[in-house]
Amino acid sequence: MHHLIIGAGPAGVRSAEMLRRLDPACEITLIDGEGEAPYSRMAIPYLLEGKIDEKGTWIHRPLEFYSEHRIALVRGRAEALDAAAKKVRLQDGTELAYDRLLVCTGARPIKPPVPGLEGERVRHCWTLEDARAIMEHAQPGSDVVLMGAGFIGCIILESLIRRGVKLTVVEVEDRMVPRMLDEVAGTMLKQWTERAGARVLTSTAVEEVEDTGSKLRVKLSSGETLPADLLVVATGVTSNIEFMDGTGVEKRAGIIVNARMETSLPDVWAAGDCAEGCDFSTGDLNTLAIQPVAVEQAITAAKNMAGGNAEYHCALPMNILDTAGLITTSFGRHEGVGGERAVLHNADEWRYIRLEFDEDTLVGAQTAGHVNMVGCIRGLIQSRIPLRGWKERLLKHPERVAEAYVDLAREA
Amino acid sequence: MEMALVIDPGKCTACRQCELACSYRHTGEFNPSRSRIVVFDFHTKGRFVPYTCTQCDQAWCQQVCPVGAITNENGVKVVHEDICVGCKVCTIACPFGTVNYDPASGKVIKCDLCGGDPACAAACPTEAIVYTDISVQGFEKMRKWAERVDTAPQAGGDLPPAAH
Ligand SMILES: Cc1cc2nc3c(=O)[nH]c(=O)nc-3n(C[C@H](O)[C@H](O)[C@H](O)COP(=O)(O)OP(=O)(O)OC[C@H]3O[C@@H](n4cnc5c(N)ncnc54)[C@H](O)[C@@H]3O)c2cc1C
Repeated sequence: MHHLIIGAGPAGVRSAEMLRRLDPACEITLIDGEGEAPYSRMAIPYLLEGKIDEKGTWIHRPLEFYSEHRIALVRGRAEALDAAAKKVRLQDGTELAYDRLLVCTGARPIKPPVPGLEGERVRHCWTLEDARAIMEHAQPGSDVVLMGAGFIGCIILESLIRRGVKLTVVEVEDRMVPRMLDEVAGTMLKQWTERAGARVLTSTAVEEVEDTGSKLRVKLSSGETLPADLLVVATGVTSNIEFMDGTGVEKRAGIIVNARMETSLPDVWAAGDCAEGCDFSTGDLNTLAIQPVAVEQAITAAKNMAGGNAEYHCALPMNILDTAGLITTSFGRHEGVGGERAVLHNADEWRYIRLEFDEDTLVGAQTAGHVNMVGCIRGLIQSRIPLRGWKERLLKHPERVAEAYVDLAREA
Repeated sequence: MEMALVIDPGKCTACRQCELACSYRHTGEFNPSRSRIVVFDFHTKGRFVPYTCTQCDQAWCQQVCPVGAITNENGVKVVHEDICVGCKVCTIACPFGTVNYDPASGKVIKCDLCGGDPACAAACPTEAIVYTDISVQGFEKMRKWAERVDTAPQAGGDLPPAAH
């Protein structure tokens, strides 16, 4: 049995490991499309701030891990899939035959249609190659503009501050991480970030970028023009699924998968940022593009490819962000579904907890300055435990959420 | 024989010796906020529950770690502080809340069974926490509870039929 996995990010690597564990005899080929050792994008911020070197971003060190587990690493970009003949063609013309295929090609950043977003000093922060360029241009005292304060923008913000640059964050929406935090928490985060030394311009758009030779000139909708040695663009991503064009695979923004991570093509599975599966919170198809979902989907896919019968039902939006010391989290339907809501807000202590209920269950949460046992929030939401008497207590004391979980789960 | 911490809340008196012993073993200081085991006090019910990682098979924390800082050592999920970058993604992925961020070290912490000689069990005066063969009764219940979060029904929605 030959398992072919396209994409050597976290999803690809975790599925390869699981396949090896479940089927010691099978053949496993993992295609790495970037010419790098398999690494985690998530580790890039720590590379930028100098906490780790490039090897520190690798998913496994040393690289002998792969040969020891008989996972063949192949370099190349998949260019076409022939699902009937069960073959993948790489850019260099090589054809790889498979028995079972797993697509883990992830996503890539998109460039919004703003004139002048090009050249060496306009970068995304997505790949190791991007990180190298950012480290070159983001020197102590450099003028850096970060376009987009979504999750990825906010996660690299701290490392830019730590590099000692003069940072301006430009976000078109009215607050930071609008899809993760509400106005109260988003505003707290903005104030905190400003105190940490960055300038944050919300409800502001980048309209045009001009390269004057010495500096970039970043023109804003407010009329202001910012000089910049580097412009980092973090304005969203799109799935890498073009190589499946013409196969007839069912897709929307990503390749559609069921709970077993099967695509609509025989013997083809998909997992991670390229896949679109059922969102636990809404029941709709969604690509969450977060690490926990990517690896959990990948493990589910691998179990099924090895002949098992696994289903994945836990694709919950969940994020944790540490912005120069203020830790924020959000889980599930953090914006609520019209049910009751519990709020604790202590501006002086930078503390905020908001819980959202649907009748007798917890369906979403967001926090700032509350980190102890936050995983319990996932547990409470995901297990749909009836809260019974705990709901009344949580409405008054949302900070007791971990306690509620421990008490309820023990009795369940 | 697989060894594990088996906890009997009925015997716990909330003396918190386990928290102190855990913190001291791992950090050299008596600081309950750095303990990997926590005693919950449900005083209205007169019940105390020592709570820590059950070393679950799903290993959510290990799987999600971007840099391979959590490994499986004979079933025990161990955080390697020298590799951990402090990204905290394991603290939200673990649905039990038993991996936590330790601001003092900038790393995450979780129960590692003290390498086979757990300080909490040694410190417990009432045998509410014992380190023993998991075939004894009580542990199965804990495992079941751990599995529950993995088997919740999925919300409805339009999914494509299985291709095969
Ligand atoms: C800076 C940064 C910080 C992040 N921080 C967090 C965080 O804190 N928490 C969180 O949950 N998520 C975070 N993420 C998102 C997280 O990294 C992704 O969800 C995760 O990488 C998804 O894994 P994946 O394996 O599906 O895709 P990827 O990691 O994108 O891997 C896909 C792989 O496939 C390769 N590939 C693509 N097309 C082809 C092709 N045609 N042929 C061959 N190979 C191909 C790519 O080169 C890549 O190696 C962060 C992302 C970035 C960029």
